[in-house]
Formats: sequence, C-alpha cells, structure tokens
Amino acid sequence: MGLMRRFSNIFKAKASKTLDKYEDPRETLDYSYERTLEMLQKMRRAVADVATSRKRIELQAQQLQRSAAKLEGQASQAVAQNREDLAREALTRRQSIATQLTDLQGQHDQLKAEEARMVEASQRLQAKVDSFRVRKETMKANYTAAEAQTRVNEAISGIGEEMGDVGLAMQRAEDKVAQMQARSGALDELMASGALDDASMSSDRLQAELDRGFAEPAVEAELARLKGELTGGSTTAKQLDAPDEAAARSGAQAPAEAPAEEDRR
Amino acid sequence: MIVRISGEGQFEVPESHVDELNRLDGDLTKAVDSDDEAQFTAALQALLTSIRTAGQELPADYIGPSDLVLPSPDATIHEVREVLGDEGLIPG
Repeated sequence: MGLMRRFSNIFKAKASKTLDKYEDPRETLDYSYERTLEMLQKMRRAVADVATSRKRIELQAQQLQRSAAKLEGQASQAVAQNREDLAREALTRRQSIATQLTDLQGQHDQLKAEEARMVEASQRLQAKVDSFRVRKETMKANYTAAEAQTRVNEAISGIGEEMGDVGLAMQRAEDKVAQMQARSGALDELMASGALDDASMSSDRLQAELDRGFAEPAVEAELARLKGELTGGSTTAKQLDAPDEAAARSGAQAPAEAPAEEDRR
Repeated sequence: MIVRISGEGQFEVPESHVDELNRLDGDLTKAVDSDDEAQFTAALQALLTSIRTAGQELPADYIGPSDLVLPSPDATIHEVREVLGDEGLIPG
C-alpha cells in the first residue's frame, strides 16, 4: 500500500477514535461540538504561545544587534589607536554574534510561518464550528430519517477529521515552540556568561583597554610636563612660592601656559 | 473525491486524477523507504501541488470526511513516521 493511503487510514482511525464515545449519534453530535469548541480554545492558546516565543526571539535579536553595533564601534576605535589586537578581538566577537543572529532569523521565520498557518487553521475551525452548530440542531430534529442518519455520521467524521488535523498542527507547533524555548534559554545563558559577549560583559574589558589607549598619551604628556616642572623648579625659589598656580595648570592647557611661566622667571 | 492536505484544508479532486496521484504517491513511498529527506520533500511537494492544481478547495465551513489525508507541505519523514506509529514503513 502506498504512503498516501496508509497515512490516510491511520489519520482517520486516530481522528474517529475520539468520537466513538456515544452510541446515539445525536449525543455524539453534541459531544463533537463541545470537543470542537475546546479544540478552538486550545488552538487560540497555542497561537498565543507561538507569538510569545516569536517575540522572545525578536528581543534576543535586538540585544545581539546592539552588541554587534557596539563591537563594530569598538573595532574602529581600536584601528584608530593602531591597536590591531583589540580590533581583531572585537571583530571576532562580532562575527560570532552575526552567526547567532542568522540562526535566530531562521528560527524567527519558522515561527512566523507556523503562527500564520495556525491563525489560518483556527479561522477554518471557527467557520466549521459555526456551520456545525447550526447543522447539528437540524440533524437532531430530522434524525429518524435513515438518510439523515448517514449525513449525521458524515458530519461527525468530518468534524472529527478536522479536529485530528488541528490537533496534529498544534502538536507540531508545540514541538517547535519547545525546541525554540530550549535554544532561547541556551542563548540567554550564553549571553549571561559573556561567552557570546552581550554588551554588558567582557566587551567592557575591551572598552577599558580602548579607553586606556585614549588616556595613555595624555597621561604621558602630563607626566613629561610634571617632570619638566620639577627639574626647572628645584633651581628657582620663586616656583616653590606658587603652588596654587601649579595646581591650576594640571589641565590640558598646560603647554599654552608654559610661555607665561618663562616670562615670570 | 475529497482529499485533505493536513493544515491546509480539503480539496475536491476529479476521479480522473487518481492515477496521477497514485503515480506521485509511488515516488513518495520510495523516498520514505530509502529514508531520503530531500527526495521526500520534493515528492511531497509534487503530490500536493498536483492536488491543488487539479482540485478545487472546499469552503472552510464545509463539514465532511475526506477519502484521502496527506501530510502537510513542510512535514518531514520523521513526522510522517510518528503519525504512522510503531508499525514503521514496511509496505503493507
């Protein structure tokens, strides 16, 4: 037997098993209707779960994008300071974030497609619920006619089949959401550990080194100025009388003030 | 006859198209038997496309059983096996 028929047989057997509860088809009509309503509610919750999972991925992606942008900025700062080692480190981290982002994008697209399919499926189920509600009352009223009985059975197995289908779709969505949640959790842990480097962790060390790169030349200049003052100051008593002036000059304007100092000597 | 594509809805397919469906089903069965995922996806798409093209989609409020039920377009061999259960895929 081909796959198509075997799949059909098993699918239908599973779908009808849930509806074999009552002997009187009129009771089965009511039971089927209740079950379909329940199914519709479950379906709506499942759609909400998928949407929540999708939003979580969106938040993670935003966070990773911010980290990537920050690292990009740090890399160019490092290049400007001729610190190729730091630039390389920043770019390496940015690269691993880019890989994660591509992965997240793929998961996001999958969830989005799943969500759209489920929204469509719940709309289909809603249409069936509405139509079934009207028809089941007519069918119950006409049940005594043999022909009506056949139609009741058809309607019941039709709605049972739909429920089986929706149930299968929900199962698939739940599996996907569970997979995504596990991966999102793992990614959160990676980010928290700093291994993937979200902006809060080890990139701050990178930033500290870059800041030091900016600060060091200024510190060197300041040091040289102080040394110059000390060697000059030991020969003139006047310099020792003006400690306030020395303190005021500790800013970046020091070289500009140097000629005035020479004049006073 | 009425064919359901899982997750997509029901289609009314003319009886004259059954031979074509059986031929495409043969390809699908072969792909599952040889556990070839790429071939499976291609064969499933071919089968479903043929149903959508030859058939007429039934309205959402139609309530009735299908003669055939097929896996959804993005189903994998693994998922199909799960529906088929423990009996595996030994041709019956």
